[in-house]
Amino acid sequence: MKKVIANWGNYPAMESDERLFSYDDQLQDIIRNSPTFIPRGNGRCYGDASLAGETLNTLKYDKILSFDTENGIFECQSGLTLDQILEVVVPKGWFLPVTPGTKFITVGGAIGSDVHGKNHHVDGTFGQHVVDMDIILADSSMITCSPSVYPDLFEATCGGMGLTGMITRIKFKLKKVPSSYIKQKQLKAANLDELIRLFEEYKHYTYSMAWIDCLQKGKSFGRGIMTIGEFAKPEELNESQRKAPLALPKKKAITIPFNFPSWILNTFTVKAFNFLYYNKNVNKEINNVVTYEPFFYPLDALLHWNRCYGKKGFVQYQFVLPLAAKEGLVDILRRIGAKGMGSFLVVLKVFGKQEDNLISFPFEGFTLALDFPVRKGLFEFLDELDAVVLKYGGRLYMSKDARMKPEMLKAGYPRLEEFKSIVRKYNPDGKIRSVQSDRLELTK
Amino acid sequence: MPTVLILGAASDMAVAIAKKYASKGFNVQLAARNPSRLQALQSDLNIRYNINCTLHEFDALNYESHQAFFDRLAPKPDQTICVFGYLGDNETARTNWSESAKIIHTNYTGAVSILNVVSNYYASQKSGIIVGISSVAGERGRQSNYLYGSAKAGFTAYLSGLRNRMFHENVHVASIQPGFVYTAMTANMKLPPLLTAKPEDVANTVFKAATKKKNTVYVKWFWRWIMLIIKSVPEFMFKKLKL
Ligand SMILES: Cc1cc2nc3c(=O)[nH]c(=O)nc-3n(C[C@H](O)[C@H](O)[C@H](O)COP(=O)(O)OP(=O)(O)OC[C@H]3O[C@@H](n4cnc5c(N)ncnc54)[C@H](O)[C@@H]3O)c2cc1C
Ligand SMILES: NC(=O)c1ccc[n+]([C@@H]2O[C@H](COP(=O)([O-])OP(=O)(O)OC[C@H]3O[C@@H](n4cnc5c(N)ncnc54)[C@H](OP(=O)(O)O)[C@@H]3O)[C@@H](O)[C@H]2O)c1
Repeated sequence: MKKVIANWGNYPAMESDERLFSYDDQLQDIIRNSPTFIPRGNGRCYGDASLAGETLNTLKYDKILSFDTENGIFECQSGLTLDQILEVVVPKGWFLPVTPGTKFITVGGAIGSDVHGKNHHVDGTFGQHVVDMDIILADSSMITCSPSVYPDLFEATCGGMGLTGMITRIKFKLKKVPSSYIKQKQLKAANLDELIRLFEEYKHYTYSMAWIDCLQKGKSFGRGIMTIGEFAKPEELNESQRKAPLALPKKKAITIPFNFPSWILNTFTVKAFNFLYYNKNVNKEINNVVTYEPFFYPLDALLHWNRCYGKKGFVQYQFVLPLAAKEGLVDILRRIGAKGMGSFLVVLKVFGKQEDNLISFPFEGFTLALDFPVRKGLFEFLDELDAVVLKYGGRLYMSKDARMKPEMLKAGYPRLEEFKSIVRKYNPDGKIRSVQSDRLELTK
Repeated sequence: MPTVLILGAASDMAVAIAKKYASKGFNVQLAARNPSRLQALQSDLNIRYNINCTLHEFDALNYESHQAFFDRLAPKPDQTICVFGYLGDNETARTNWSESAKIIHTNYTGAVSILNVVSNYYASQKSGIIVGISSVAGERGRQSNYLYGSAKAGFTAYLSGLRNRMFHENVHVASIQPGFVYTAMTANMKLPPLLTAKPEDVANTVFKAATKKKNTVYVKWFWRWIMLIIKSVPEFMFKKLKL
């Protein structure tokens, strides 16, 4: 049925004929009879990657197919969401190998964007933990691929934004954990230099990321809080935690009921928020043991927090710059400060190496993610930032993108032509296409 | 561990019901025309809820097979939920007998045939619970779906008679009256969001009706009142409406 849909940024929104399916035969029927479509998971990408006039939504295709509790091998259909996986695997002492900052995404989406987490510098992207997967191609035939079987299809599907076909079944490796708790350390950094130093100092930690206050000038420029952690060993738990070291966190969430008026977000409120956030940690260093929930998914406690940005929506801008290009980071943060285009959620992380990367976003360097409410002048400003990102040898994350130009993609991804030719091989007539793939000339 | 039998197990509503029962520790017997399709659901229920789920071939329209189908079940289910149904196309059915017959026989004859078998067994055991999913469409015939509606009306009357008989055999029979529900059956209809239930709502209602021994339950309470109003419109006026 046709309805208006949008992804997490609520920008852009469009009318789409969204189809759901539960069974393989239904899916194959739909694909055979659709003129064009794009796979869609839980719509947690921010922009237009899983948007099109016809979308094939996997959310009802969400069954667990096998779970080897000895070896941590998990197999499921592509519409299963990470929060449901956690409920099953955590009590058995396993965790997701890689998880983004929200657990409300599907496994298909985790592969489509080849997502990264706080452990990228240690464990890489989600795709690196996939054993094999089934994909239904544009001609409705099915292929099983893995890093060694149809490797081109496998590589182009990890981070390929759904353009090679509909992933149906996925088998991947979980990570063994000693408890469901995280021993975390929060460190305040007075400015960007200190923050970057902290990343270097604590790089042996499996999980790390930092929040930056982007509106500070002078010697507080780029101040922030770094959070690092490891899964806690049983002996590091307190008495009550030790009673059930693999307990699932209690479910508690607050829903933002409606779109906030857009005037609520302005430089003043961002400044106030950042001030409170920075100063809530009175001590320079905090050490504690928490459940995995607030550590990995702090924002999931606020359902529909995207409504804070109002009806017009927002875009997230995430780029990566090589380690050597620290000035690039400074340059970009300065421009944001100067424009007063403040953003609540500025997240900094250092990526590790990403071997044999065809189309996945990460490479070794700094990655910064910022939210900007849609308003006049924003797109011109982001074009300006694009030029800076390119100048310093960086690129943007397609999964967050709603507006970059095709030249920007081309300049940032050296193997783009190879990716396109694999897409053409498996999706020859561009039957599988999205608003994004058309905009970025991947399917035109 | 108790066991539940779900008849017509491939639909969205049935999947939600199966999950609900499995989450409460029931072993689940899934019966459908094409059980091999349900292998993914089977592994899912087994892994998530650590229960035993089995698959069984069942066609509501193959009446002769019903006794043998039930005899083969081991163990016999403690509860039986009759979920299958067929909306069909009323306009086609007006001139096409096979469509009319399919609507009548899926919603009424087939349900009666299998529930006769099940209820006789439960009566002999002096225990058991039967839940039938009927529809508010059976409470008053409307021009847009009176074939489906009349078959469901028959089914509703069958369930209330069965409830009366089985009460004396220590067997409970519950009738569920969903209004609108978001499922594959209604995927192409524009439904009013405030009045429309999710399959999970139906599942919760079914489970509650079975455990709390409720007789007739509407999914979303206000449907009882909506139907009361609809039923109280005098026929001379009702027949003029375009419903
Ligand atoms: C609060 C928040 C925090 C986030 N944090 C991170 C983070 O830390 N790291 C990170 O990498 N990302 C992060 N993201 C982005 C998110 O993880 C990705 O956009 C993810 O792909 C969303 O998955 P989804 O199931 O919602 O899929 P959608 O958003 O619907 O689709 C995403 C892409 O995957 C494709 N796709 C979906 N299902 C299939 C399938 N079955 N077969 C083939 N292709 C498919 C779609 O076509 C589309 O191109 C975050 C998002 C939010 C909202
Ligand atoms: N959706 C609503 O708004 C609504 C409202 C009121 C009542 N209901 C009732 O709720 C129940 C479930 O409805 P739904 O919306 O989930 O419908 P649905 O998607 O159309 O599913 C109907 C199910 O019945 C099964 N079925 C049909 N004929 C059968 C037969 N001969 N033998 C065995 N199984 C058969 C189908 O099996 P296959 O998968 O093999 O085709 C399918 O699983 C039905 O009884 C329906 O009448 C629905």
